[in-house]
Amino acid sequence: MTKYVGQSVKRREDYRLVTGTGQFVGDIRMANMVEAVFVRSTHAHATIKGIDISEAQALEGVHVILTGMDIDGIIKPLVQFESHCALPPNLEEAINPTIHYCYEDVLAKNKVMYVGQPIAVVVADNRYVAEDAADLIKVEYETLTVVVDPFKSLEKDAPLIQEHLQNNVQSDFHVTTGNAVQSLKDADQILKARIQTPRVSSNPLETRGVVSTYENRTDQFHIYSSTQLPFEIRTYIARSLDLVEQQIRVTAPDVGGGFGPKGGVHPEEILIPYLSKLLKRPVKWIEDRLEHMTSARHSRDQIHDVEVAFNQDGTILGIKDHFIIDSGAVNYFGLTCAYNSAYHLRGAYKIPNYDVTCQIVLTNKTPNVPFRGAGRPEVVFVMDRIIDMVARRLKKDPVEVMRKNMIQAEDMPYDQGILVKDGAKLIYDSGDYPAALDQGLKMIDYEGFREQQKELKKQGKLVGVGISTYVEGTGAGPFESAYVTIDGSGQVVAYLGSSPQGQGHETVFSQICADELMLSPNDITIRVGDTTNLAFGAGTYASRSAVNAGSAIQIASAKLRGKVLAVAAAMLEVESSDLQMENGKVFVKTNPEKCVTYKEIAKAARPGNRCRVPGGMEPGLQVTHYFVPPTVTFSSSVHIAMVEVDKETGLVELKGYSVVHDAGKVINPMIVDGQVQGGIAQGIGAALFEEVVYDEKGQLLTGSYMDYLLPTSMEIPTVEKSHQEFLSTRNPLGIKGVGEGGAISPPAAIANAVVDALDPLEITINQLPISPSKLRNWIKEAERKKFKIEIG
Amino acid sequence: MDGVKINLKVNGQDISREVDSRLLLSDFIRESLYLTGTHIGCEHGVCGACTIHVNGDPVRSCLMLAVQADGCEVKTVESLIQENGKLNYLQQAFSDNHALQCGFCTPGFLMTVSGFLEENSKPSEDEIKKCISGNLCRCTGYSNIIKAVKQAAQTVSN
Repeated sequence: MTKYVGQSVKRREDYRLVTGTGQFVGDIRMANMVEAVFVRSTHAHATIKGIDISEAQALEGVHVILTGMDIDGIIKPLVQFESHCALPPNLEEAINPTIHYCYEDVLAKNKVMYVGQPIAVVVADNRYVAEDAADLIKVEYETLTVVVDPFKSLEKDAPLIQEHLQNNVQSDFHVTTGNAVQSLKDADQILKARIQTPRVSSNPLETRGVVSTYENRTDQFHIYSSTQLPFEIRTYIARSLDLVEQQIRVTAPDVGGGFGPKGGVHPEEILIPYLSKLLKRPVKWIEDRLEHMTSARHSRDQIHDVEVAFNQDGTILGIKDHFIIDSGAVNYFGLTCAYNSAYHLRGAYKIPNYDVTCQIVLTNKTPNVPFRGAGRPEVVFVMDRIIDMVARRLKKDPVEVMRKNMIQAEDMPYDQGILVKDGAKLIYDSGDYPAALDQGLKMIDYEGFREQQKELKKQGKLVGVGISTYVEGTGAGPFESAYVTIDGSGQVVAYLGSSPQGQGHETVFSQICADELMLSPNDITIRVGDTTNLAFGAGTYASRSAVNAGSAIQIASAKLRGKVLAVAAAMLEVESSDLQMENGKVFVKTNPEKCVTYKEIAKAARPGNRCRVPGGMEPGLQVTHYFVPPTVTFSSSVHIAMVEVDKETGLVELKGYSVVHDAGKVINPMIVDGQVQGGIAQGIGAALFEEVVYDEKGQLLTGSYMDYLLPTSMEIPTVEKSHQEFLSTRNPLGIKGVGEGGAISPPAAIANAVVDALDPLEITINQLPISPSKLRNWIKEAERKKFKIEIG
Repeated sequence: MDGVKINLKVNGQDISREVDSRLLLSDFIRESLYLTGTHIGCEHGVCGACTIHVNGDPVRSCLMLAVQADGCEVKTVESLIQENGKLNYLQQAFSDNHALQCGFCTPGFLMTVSGFLEENSKPSEDEIKKCISGNLCRCTGYSNIIKAVKQAAQTVSN
C-alpha cells in the first residue's frame, strides 16, 4: 500500500513560496500594530549602574519602554529547558552528572553576561522611531573582568559568570565502558591530541521574529513566532507569566530556516506577549542580522583532549577523552549536545575501551545551543581525525584502519555498551557500514584516484582525498502527535505537533496519509505549526519529524481507515472485510457500484439519532495518535571529499564530494536528497569558512556577513549521492532521520583530504575552519620542521 | 518627519506616495505597498533576499532609499506569476527541481535569475554559479537552484 511513500512527490509548499505569497512572521500585519526594538548590552561582563530612559520616553511615537526593574517579580527569568534537560534515572546513575541551575533575566537587571544580552525594550509606532528611541537610552555600566577562554574560566580566581554558583563549571559527567586506562598500558602505541571545533552560528536566512496580540474578551494571547517549537513556547510563556496554557495560542507560520537555534525559548518570545497585553494592541519584533549574530544563540565550541591506544596492525583498543564545551553565559539545553557527543564519538567503530569526561563551562559569550548535528559534527571530527592520524603514524592507508575497526553487518544489532540519552541501551538497529564504505570508494574509484594522485603530485598539483563516516541517533522521542480527521465536506485534514522550517512537512506527511486512506496527497490538508488543535506536540529538531510525526500520522491514518470502513460497512450492510477503498470512496469488492463517499460517511458518522458509527466507537471521524519511539534509530553515512590545495595561498578547492547514506525507508527521495545536499553545504561552511570570533573583551568580531562567511554557489559542489536502505526496526515504516546528517561529516572529510593533499608534508588539522591564512601557517610550520629534520 | 513625494511604477502600476526621506526601499515595498514577497535577510546588502528590479536591473532594495526610486520602474517577485495564476517558467523550474526549502531566500534568487536569463538565455554552469553567487541560501546547498536555472534557460531558449 505504498503508492506515494517512496516517490519524489513535488512540494505543496512551493506555490506560495515562489509567488511571494507565503507568510513569514515579518509579513504579518494587524490593525493598530506597533513595533518593538531591544537595547542590548555593549559589554560582555558588567554591572548595570543605571539606565536613563527619560530622553527616549519623551520622543514622539514611543509607547512604552521597559527595563529589567520594571518587570522584576512579574516575569520570571529564563531557565534551562526542562523538557530537554531531564535525564532518566538509569542514565543519571550511569554517568553521575552534576548539573547546576543557571538562568538569564529576560531583561538584564543587575549585570550583563554577554554582548547582545537584552537590557531594555522600546515599543513605538514603527521600527524607525523605536530605533531612534533605543539610541537615546543611556546605560551606565561598571565593567567586570571578562572571561572568553573556557580554560581561564576554569581557573580558581576566575570571575563567576552565574554568581550563585561556586565556579564556572555548570555541568559535568563521566561515561565509561571497558577499561580505557588499561588499554593505554596494553597498546603498542599511544596518540595524544587536542581536537577542537569552533563556535558557529546557524544563520537561517530569516532572522527570529515575534508578533503577539492579546484578546481581552477571552484573556488569551495569540503569538506568532519564527520557531521550531510552538508547544515549548506555550509552556514557557505560561510559566514565565503565571498563565495557564489554555490562555496561549502559538503559531509558527512559514519559518525561514531554523537548524536548531530557533528551538528553545528566547527572552523576546516572553516579552512581546507581555507587551501586547500591557498596551492592548498587537506588538511586532523582527530581529535584524546584527542582533542575530550577537544574540541568537550560537553552537558547537568544543575542545577535546584525547588519548588513543592502538596496535601496530591499526586496531584501536581504547579512547580516553576529556572535553570541554564553552556554553557561553547560560546552558539552556543541559547535556543535549554534550551527551550526544559522548555517545556518538565511536560512530561506526568497535572500540571496546572508552572513557569520556565532560565539563560544560560558562564564559561571557552568547549561550550555546544545539545546531544541526548537535554534538555529532564535533566528535566525528575527533574520531575521523584519530583514524587519519593513526593511519599516518603507521604509514597505512586510512581506509585500512577504518576497515580494521569497523562494526560488521553481521554484528547488527550492535551494542556499544553505554546508554542513549533517553536511557535505552546504545544498540544500533540496522546498517552495513563496510558495504557503505566500499560503495563510496567505488563511486570515486579510490584505487584509480590513488594512482592518478601520484602523477598529479609530481606535476605539483596537490590533490587529496578524505573520508568520514558517522552513525547518528535520529528520531529522538519522547513522542509526536497526529490528529487525523475527515470533516463534514469529506476532506481529510491532518494536524501534526511537529512544524517545519523548510523540510516539506505538508508534502511528506500527506504522502503517508494518502497511502493509508487511498487518496492522492493533494486531497489531504496538512496543518502544522499551531498549538490549538492538539493537546501535546514536541517539534522539529534532532532529525525526528519523519520518524516520529511520520509514524504518528501513519498509525492515526490507519486507525481512521478502520473507522471509515466500519461506518461504511454499517451503511452498506456488509462486513468491513468485504469493502475496499479508493479515491475517497468505499465500495463492495464484489459489487463496486455499491459505494459510499467519504463525504457521505462523514455525514453518517455525525453524532445524533441517525449516527451510523458502530456501538463502542465515538461518533465522528477523528483519530489522535501519539507515537512514542522505543529509542532513537541509527542513520549512517560515508562522506568522501576530494580537494586541491594551493600551497602558496592556502586555498582549499573542493573538487568533488560523494556520499553514501542510509536513512532507512525514504518517504520522498527528492526531499531527502535536498536535506543531504543542504546539510553538506552547512558542513562545508563549518569546514572552510565559518567561525564566530570574540576578542579578549568579549566583543563579537564577526557581526556581519562580511566577517562571518557563509558558503555561496561558488564554493558548494553538487554532491554525488548514493543510498542504502536498511529499515529501522523501531517504527512501522522503518524510517530513520535525515535532517542533520549532511552537516556532520564534511569538516572531518575535508580536513583529512587537505592533510592527504599535502602529504608527505606532515600537517595536522585539528582545528577549524581551514581558512587560507591558518592553512598557510600550518604549511610554513611543517616546512620549517621538515627543514630542521633534514639538516639534522 | 519630512515627507517627500515620490512617483514610481511598481509591477506595472503607477504609485504616488509621500514618504520619509530615510525610509528604505525594501520597507516601502513591504510596509507601504504590502508586497511582502520581497524578504529582508541582512539589511547590509550581502544576502540578496531583498533583490528586486529597478529599471530592469536587479538591485538590493535594502541598500536603496524609497526616495531614490522616484521616477523608476520597479518589479518585485509578485510580478512573475502569469495572469491565469500559473507559475511562470522560472518559478515552475524552481518547484520542479526542489530548488527551495524554507523559501525565504527564493524571491531574491528568482529576481536575480530572471534578469540574468533575459540577457543570457544559454548560460554555462559557471555563468549560472556566478550569477547567483550574490544570493545566499542556507537550506539547499545551491545545486538544485543551479538545476532549476538550467531548466528555465532551456525553456527560454526554446
